[in-house]
Amino acid sequence: MISVSHLTKRYGDFTAVEDLSFTIDDGHVYGFLGPNGAGKSTTMNIMTGCLSATAGKVEIDGCDIFEEPKKAKSRIGYLPEQPPLYMSESPLEYLRFVGEAKGLRGEALQGQIRDVVEQTGIESVQRRRISDLSKGYRQRVGIAQALLGNPRVIILDEPTVGLDPIQIIEIRDLIRRLGESHTVIFSSHILSEVQAICDQILIIHKGRLVAFGRPAELERQLLAPEELLLTAEASPEETAALLGAVPGITSLETSPCREGTRASLRFAGGDPTNLSRSVFFAFAGAGKALVELTHKKASLEDLFLQLTEDTPEALGTPEKPAETKGGEAE
Amino acid sequence: MTAVLRHEWRLYFHSLTAYVFGAFLLAFVGIGALMYNIQQAVSSFELVLSFGCLIFVVIVPILTMRIIAEERKQKTDQLLYALPITTTQVVVGKYLALLTVYLIPLAVICLYPLIFAQYGDVYLLTAYGSLLAFFLLGAAFIAVGVFLSSLTDNQGFAAGIGIAVILFNYYSVSLAEYVSASALGTLAALGLLLIALVGIIQYLTKNDRLGYWVGAVLLAVLVVCYFTGGESFESLLPSLMTTLSLFERFYAFVNGVFDMTAVVYYLSVIVFFLFLSVQSLEKRRYN
Repeated sequence: MISVSHLTKRYGDFTAVEDLSFTIDDGHVYGFLGPNGAGKSTTMNIMTGCLSATAGKVEIDGCDIFEEPKKAKSRIGYLPEQPPLYMSESPLEYLRFVGEAKGLRGEALQGQIRDVVEQTGIESVQRRRISDLSKGYRQRVGIAQALLGNPRVIILDEPTVGLDPIQIIEIRDLIRRLGESHTVIFSSHILSEVQAICDQILIIHKGRLVAFGRPAELERQLLAPEELLLTAEASPEETAALLGAVPGITSLETSPCREGTRASLRFAGGDPTNLSRSVFFAFAGAGKALVELTHKKASLEDLFLQLTEDTPEALGTPEKPAETKGGEAE
Repeated sequence: MTAVLRHEWRLYFHSLTAYVFGAFLLAFVGIGALMYNIQQAVSSFELVLSFGCLIFVVIVPILTMRIIAEERKQKTDQLLYALPITTTQVVVGKYLALLTVYLIPLAVICLYPLIFAQYGDVYLLTAYGSLLAFFLLGAAFIAVGVFLSSLTDNQGFAAGIGIAVILFNYYSVSLAEYVSASALGTLAALGLLLIALVGIIQYLTKNDRLGYWVGAVLLAVLVVCYFTGGESFESLLPSLMTTLSLFERFYAFVNGVFDMTAVVYYLSVIVFFLFLSVQSLEKRRYN
């Protein structure tokens, strides 16, 4: 459906995207994940023909975006990070313009506008000025615009940035619904969001693709081995001796704490429940109490941090109000 | 293209701009008609137009300043890039929208000579010939305005530069009398223009080397011309200023000459600046 190969974009000495290659198939929701400044928007701008590439190729349905821009663009609906709305118009007038520019006329145009207005739930505000609408509604108008012309791929750049929690949930539901009938690619720097909506995740860091796959697959392939954490009322030496007798443990770290000893152990494969049971009985048999025994399952969050670890500040706050600047401006 | 055209109409008639533009043009030409045709009872309508053309200095930049600059500021230009239409269609659509906004008050002005003809002998051929030239003059300035608006995301800046450019064009013939007609003076002035051109190229392309190369080549041409051109190099600057003046060619029509070269000149100015606007928009895709 969409194939991106060896895409590179340089601004002078700064490389925004470097040698990016991936293929996107029909009928999934794809999440583009990465810290701010990772090159998500640049990649999306190139894929939609808004920006040229220094090197590389983008093909939509076999049409090269640089060589056959008209054909390629008519297959994509794009919502940039800041919805491109004309503030003095009403959503209906705005959609009319976009529809006409996409080559729709007459009854086909009216019908499609009715459809997208209904799909995005903006009937109640369709005749008001866009400047009077809330940010959530503006985002919906932006999505409605992308849906016109019935493109097979919808590309949304950070569609939930700057919205309040209720609006965020509504937009996520909308994206999920769109995913049933379209291929949706959307970018975000919020991991939980991508995890909640996407079938496939692409993680970008410093302009490079660092991971691509289903969330569960990524966790399995790329994460550090699982960990068992325990706290026992025993000295570190006793703990080490007791655990030494349990088979399957590959590494062990102990440290003294208020209750006695805290230990973290890793194990190679096998069922973590069986191991927990062995550990429990080892301590029980020696008459030592286990006050805590936790199976720590590594999450996508860890993966994300691991892959993008040299920019931890980008992950500190999931909502960045600073990014919404200009969104309210007339 | 028609989508862009219709959209721009809507935006212009939603805002006050189109009305302010029309009102100013009608008021100024009206005052002219009152002074010449009614008060002084002169039967030549072309004199009114020659008086009225000064108003372009103010109203054209007001009309054109937002046409592309505002798209950039509101980031709506991203939509235009993503839509399946070409940059040329966008620029031509926008330009045609501006032309129609300009044609509406002009259509009203077209009635004036006919009205005056009821009360005396009006030279209708000269009047309508001048009106056509008046239209082309305005159309050329609008093309310049579109280009200036495509250079920046600041409407005020686009308007300011627009006023300066049109005003300079208005006075360039009078100024031509004062500039040095000596060969050395011409060389110095053209050298300064060259430096400005290099600056503009570097600003537009963000490519220092290209600017220096173009500058070096043009400088070489200039120096060669200076040493070989001899007499033709003298008074080159004043004659250049007179030749490039859009207003000066309009006055030929006012004097009753239907100058085809002027018509061609206006049309080429329009095409040239629209071409530059397309390039300026395309360039944005590259950085």
